[in-house]
Formats: sequence, structure tokens, C-alpha cells
Amino acid sequence: MRFVARRTVLALAAVAFSGLSAAAQSSLELKIMAPAAPGGGWDGTARSMQQALMAAGIAKSVQVTNVTGAGGMVGLAQLVNANKGDGNQLMVNGFVMVGAILLNKSPVTLEMTTPIARLTAEAEVIVVPANSPIKDAKDLVAALKADVAKVTWAGGSAGGVDHILAALFAGAAGADPSKINYVPFSGGGEALAALLGGRVTAGISGWGEFEGQIKAGKLRAIAVSSSKRLDGNDTPTLKEQGVNLEVINWRSVVAPPGITADQKKALSEVIEKMVKSPQWAEILKQRGWDNAYLAGPEFDAFLKSEITRVADVMKQIGLVK
Amino acid sequence: MDVLAALGHGFLVALEPSKLFFALIGVFLGTAVGVLPGIGPALTVALLLPVTFKLDPTGSIIMFAGIYYGGMYGGSTTAILINAPGESASLATALEGNKMAKAGRGGPALATAAIGSFVAGTFATIGLAFLAPWLVEVAVKFGPWDYFALMVLAFVTVSATFGDSPLRGLTSLALGLVLGLVGIDKLTGAARMSFGVPELLDGVEITTLAVGLFAVGEALFVVSKRHKGDDVIQPIKGSLWMTREDWRRSWGPWLRGTLFGFPIGALPAGGAEVPTFLSYSTEKRLCKHPEEWGKGAIEGVAGPEAANNASAAGTLVPLLTLGLPTSATAAIMLAGFQQYGLNPGPLLFAEKPDLVWGLIASLFIANAMLLIINLPLVGLWVRLLAIPQPWLYAGILVFAAMGTMAAKASVVELSMLFAFGFLGFLMRRYDYPVAPMVVGLILGPMAEQQLRRALQISLGDPVVLIENPISATLLAIAAVALLAPFAMQGLNKFKANED
Repeated sequence: MRFVARRTVLALAAVAFSGLSAAAQSSLELKIMAPAAPGGGWDGTARSMQQALMAAGIAKSVQVTNVTGAGGMVGLAQLVNANKGDGNQLMVNGFVMVGAILLNKSPVTLEMTTPIARLTAEAEVIVVPANSPIKDAKDLVAALKADVAKVTWAGGSAGGVDHILAALFAGAAGADPSKINYVPFSGGGEALAALLGGRVTAGISGWGEFEGQIKAGKLRAIAVSSSKRLDGNDTPTLKEQGVNLEVINWRSVVAPPGITADQKKALSEVIEKMVKSPQWAEILKQRGWDNAYLAGPEFDAFLKSEITRVADVMKQIGLVK
Repeated sequence: MDVLAALGHGFLVALEPSKLFFALIGVFLGTAVGVLPGIGPALTVALLLPVTFKLDPTGSIIMFAGIYYGGMYGGSTTAILINAPGESASLATALEGNKMAKAGRGGPALATAAIGSFVAGTFATIGLAFLAPWLVEVAVKFGPWDYFALMVLAFVTVSATFGDSPLRGLTSLALGLVLGLVGIDKLTGAARMSFGVPELLDGVEITTLAVGLFAVGEALFVVSKRHKGDDVIQPIKGSLWMTREDWRRSWGPWLRGTLFGFPIGALPAGGAEVPTFLSYSTEKRLCKHPEEWGKGAIEGVAGPEAANNASAAGTLVPLLTLGLPTSATAAIMLAGFQQYGLNPGPLLFAEKPDLVWGLIASLFIANAMLLIINLPLVGLWVRLLAIPQPWLYAGILVFAAMGTMAAKASVVELSMLFAFGFLGFLMRRYDYPVAPMVVGLILGPMAEQQLRRALQISLGDPVVLIENPISATLLAIAAVALLAPFAMQGLNKFKANED
């Protein structure tokens, strides 16, 4: 059991160190599952929550676990089945999971969980190579109308937020979304080669991934997918350019099914306290995440509408039959 | 600022006692998690992130880099000693390294791995300091067609692992390629050959296959012929350290391994596996002792280990210059940078020279520390092999099973480990090489994805594969590598007829 013990020791050390600065008044012992490997966005969210909850003294201990597999499906199945009724368990999820559930025909779905709150959001950006004749979203719309299959898109994994945005954009442009030529890459670095070399028409990613190249003038940002322009940047939104579309890459937390109303209330309060803490605000600033806190019935409704929207798109592009 | 002056300044930062201390903790933790199965550098850095929140940024990032380098060092130890490569990049090391260990040359094998890692790490870090801005310009120009050509080249070199019979080698490779089809197709999102088992959606884990075929398969094989009395492991035969001959045969592979590892590691989708295979096959072709290959040739450890470590330094090129993480550990290090409000990218070198050059300088220091920590351990490690065989192999089975469970706690994963173990036993029993199967699993999915991406971007026109200078060159090298042996044979026959 050497390595298992070592892992526990590291976790305990983490707990001990971060607890030093703030006297923890709470007796809450929380578990947060990141349904992905260390290093990804969900893992980062879970560990940031751990940091904020403990530094602010909202929880006595927060244990982060990683359950990897199938775009979060293995983690989701564990939350729905094994953690049922556990009022101290949370799981991080987000936009990408909605698509993954449909894509993998998962027997467990997000509707089975107990939604707690939406936490963060990141705007998507559509870029073109610096020497591209496409100057704005209208030009891209025109190119799609001319021949949707000749417009090549580079972005993240199939069925992910980048892919959904490309399909929605084609639909909004009046082209057939099932004919889009979308090339999924594993990471921003790989997509970058195709973009910088002018090999693809357009690229889609979270703002952060392309930021450096946009500032260096090697990529041209033609639109952001959020409802308003980003701070300190004058890239226009899609809506400003006549494309009636808004997509954000959101992340949220959910609890297992079968918890009592009191337990749900308690968890919701913990998250609300965390979101309002200065420690959380500090983390959001450092990571460049936007606060997108939404809880209660509003979040339930938001989740439902996103699930419907993604399901429609995925049927249109033929990812789901 | 001049690079040398900046680096000198970096050393001033890195040699502060507190920074040295962070580097020491980092390399120590890194070596430990590299040796232990199932827990890698990525998870370690992730666990430490909240702890380091309040610490000095430069110190923490130096520590993370130490963990990263240390993990690369530690991985080779289990590969050599018990034939259980803890990560896919140590696979090539296991091939000759474990044979050496069994022949009583575990000491020199571990030593050439450690010194080779030091040499490669040092040269690659020099490359990082001086070439990073230039190299990254080239690296981001690598398109899917170029990656595909690189994979083709890697496939050609796989024949070096075939052993005596090309047909048996190809059979093994084909098995690996079939396994590579399992899981979600990255380009369409469709599940392939997963039979409704969610654990299979991510495909077959490379380390599960490698540890199953190599370590478990061998344990079963040894048990099956236990009463025949052969195949005795000698812990130490000859010198525990590298002889003059070992040094003479190691330095070339170290340098060539670095030349493979660093640039390929710097490619966004290059990875650490491809350069280790390229190094292995190159050394086999260049080696003056072909009869030793498959029985424990020191070049086969020196080259791939150097390539492995150089690629780890290469990964830092896109991370520092573009802010692009190209491995799981790099992704977490990026989160570490962001935690301190630092954004890696073209501006980091200009805005935070203390941190960047301090980091690069401390990589040199971490490398030296790793050598100092690891060399004395060699004598201790080889004593593991003195454990009586039944105990040793039982221990290996437990170690393999626990490592798999720690990495992915699922019954499916464990069942696969032992299924692969049984397959490995059968393949040994009927004399099929096991390495090509793992190589097929690693390269197959990469080659498939890159080819399909290339064709999707070119709207189905295959000319894209040869109209780009990089891919055309790589494909030409692959063609030469494939045809040269036949041409030479033909030429020799022709000459023989003349006489």
C-alpha cells in the first residue's frame, strides 16, 4: 500500500498547509469529484474550489478525487450509482459533458443528478489566419453560404463546445450544419499549426488558448461568442455582427441523486458562500474565468435548455442518430 | 538581454538556498512517483498546487519542474529492473534494459540510463535556453500531414523490435493496431469496439498493455518452466558500474537520443514515445555488436533513455514560449503559472526574466541533483534482483496489479491487465515478440488520426502528403529506411554473381 499511503499523505499535507492561514470554523467535510484526469479544466475547477472553500474557512476538509474515463461518463455513473444519497459529495461538470452523454449513449444522464449551481464561464472565440480574406463574421457567413463543405474548421474534440458552436454558426448562417467540415484536434497547439499555416478557414477555441497568438497578430479574432465584449478587448460579439447566437463554455457543480431537500439546501449555501468569498474572486481573476454564478430554479432551467439545445445540434450534425 | 547574461542571472536566482531546497524536494518527489506505479508527475503537481499557493512563485515552479524531470528519471528504474514500464516512454528502455538486468548487468543499465538522462537533460535544457523562440516557430508549422509522415517513419523503424521472424513481428504489430481501434473515434466521436463497456471508451491504456504483456506475461512464463531449472537471474555479474567499454558504447547513443528527443518533444503532438522508438532502431542499425541485441545491448538503454528525457525538456518549449501545454504535467504546470497570475507566452521572457531564467537554470541544477541522488541508488536497486525468484515474481505481480488499480481503479482495467498477461505468456511460449504489439497500440491511433485530419483539411486530396516539404522529406527517409536493406541484399547478390 505504499503509493496509496503516499497519496493520502500528500492530500493530508495539502489539507494541513492550506488550513494554516485561516482558522477553519466549519466542521463540514466535503468531497469533490473531477470526472477527468488531473490537468484539465474540470480538475482545475475542483481544486480551485478546494482552495477557496478551505482558505475561506467554509469547509473543514475538502477532498478532491479524479475519476477518469469517457468524457466524464465514468465519473457521472459513479455519482449517480455509488454516491446516491451522499450529502457531502459534489461533482464538477460542464458544457462538454452534455455532449459526451449523448455521444456515448450514456445510460446515466445529468437529469438524474441534483443540480447545485453554475460557477464559471469562458467565452469562445472564432479566429482566422492573419492573411485570410475573411475580415469579420459576415464574411464567414458568406463563405459558408457559398459552399459549406469548403469551409474547414479547426477546434477541440468532436461533440465538444467548439464543434457545437461551429454547427450552430453554420445553421445561423443559413447553411446546412450536417455538411460542415469540422476537424477536431486534441489541443490548441495542434490546431494552431493548421491555422498559422493558413490551411484551415477558421478556428474555434476558448479565448485563453488563442490569446497569445491574437495579441501577436498571427491570428485575427473575428468574433466572441459571449453576450458582451470581453474586458479590455474590442473583438465584437456574434450578435453585434448579425449572427443571433450565444454560446459560453460553462462549468457547474452537481450533487448525487437521492439527497434530501435539507442536504441540497446546505450544499447550495456552501457554494453560495464560496462564490461570494474574496478567495474565490481572487482565483477567478488569476485563472481568467468569468463568474457565471447561477443557482436554484434558474440553474435547473438553464441546464434543461442547454441539454435540449445540444441534443438538437448533435442530431443536426449527425453525431447522434 | 544577451542569453548568456540572462542565464547567468538565472543561476544567481536558482542558487539561492531556498530555491535549491525547492529543487531538491521536487527531484526527490519526482523520482519517488516515477518509480511508484500508478501515480505520475501530473497527479503529484496537481496535489501540490493548493499547498504552494502561498509560497514564492519562482520556488514553486522550480519545484514543479524538478518533479517533472524526476518523474522521467524514475520511470526507467522499474522498466529495467522488473520489465514493468511505468509510462509508455520507458517502453523502449525495457526492451534491452531488462535483458541486461537479468544477465547481471542491471548496474550498468541503470547507470547508463541515469547518466544518459543527465547528458540529454543538460543538452536539451541548453537547447531550451538558446533555441526555444526559433524552434517553436518550426514546431507550430507542423501540420497533420507532417505528423503522419513522422508516424510512417516510426512504423518503418518498428521492424527493429521484430526479432528473428518478420512474419511473427508483423502479427504482433497487427494485434496492437487492432487494439488501437478500441474506443471513441476522435474525429467523429463514434464509439468503436467498446461493446458498451464505458471503461473501453477511452481505448486501451498503453501502460496496462505494456505491463500486462511484459511483466505479468513474463512472470507466468517463468512459473511455467520453473522446474526446468534454466533462466536463473544473476543480480550482479562483473562490475556494478559502467566499464570503459560501456562508456565508449553509451556516449554516441546519448547524444543521438537527445537529437531525436528534444525537437520531437517540442512539437505540440510529438510526444515522448516516437523519439524513443526512433532512437532504439537507429542504435540497433549503427551498433557494431548486432549479436547482442535482444540479449541486452547497452546502446538500447542509453539511446531511448536520453531521447525520453530530452523530450521532457522539449515539452517546455511550447509551454514557455506559447503557453501551450502539450502533456498532462505541462497542463498542470500552466495552471501553476496562472495561479500566480503569470501567463506563459512570448511576453513571459520579457516580463518575468527572473522566473523564466531562474527556471531554466534550476533545470540544470535539478539534473545534476538527480544524477547525485540516482547513482548511489543503483547498488540498492540491483539488490532487488537477489530476491529469490518465486518471491520476486510474486512481488512483480502484486506491484503490477496495484499500479493498475492506483492509476484507474476498475475491475475492467484489472481484468485487462491479466488478460494481456496471459496473452503475453502465450506469445512468449510460441515465440512471438511482444514489443511490436505495444508499439502498434501507441502509433496506430496517432497515425490514423493525423492521416484523416490531413485528408479532411485537404478536402480529400492525398497530394497534401507529399507537397509539403517536411512531410515529403520524412516520407522519403522512411522509404529509404524501408528499401535500403533490400537494395543492399540485391546488390550483394549481384556482386556475388559477378564473382
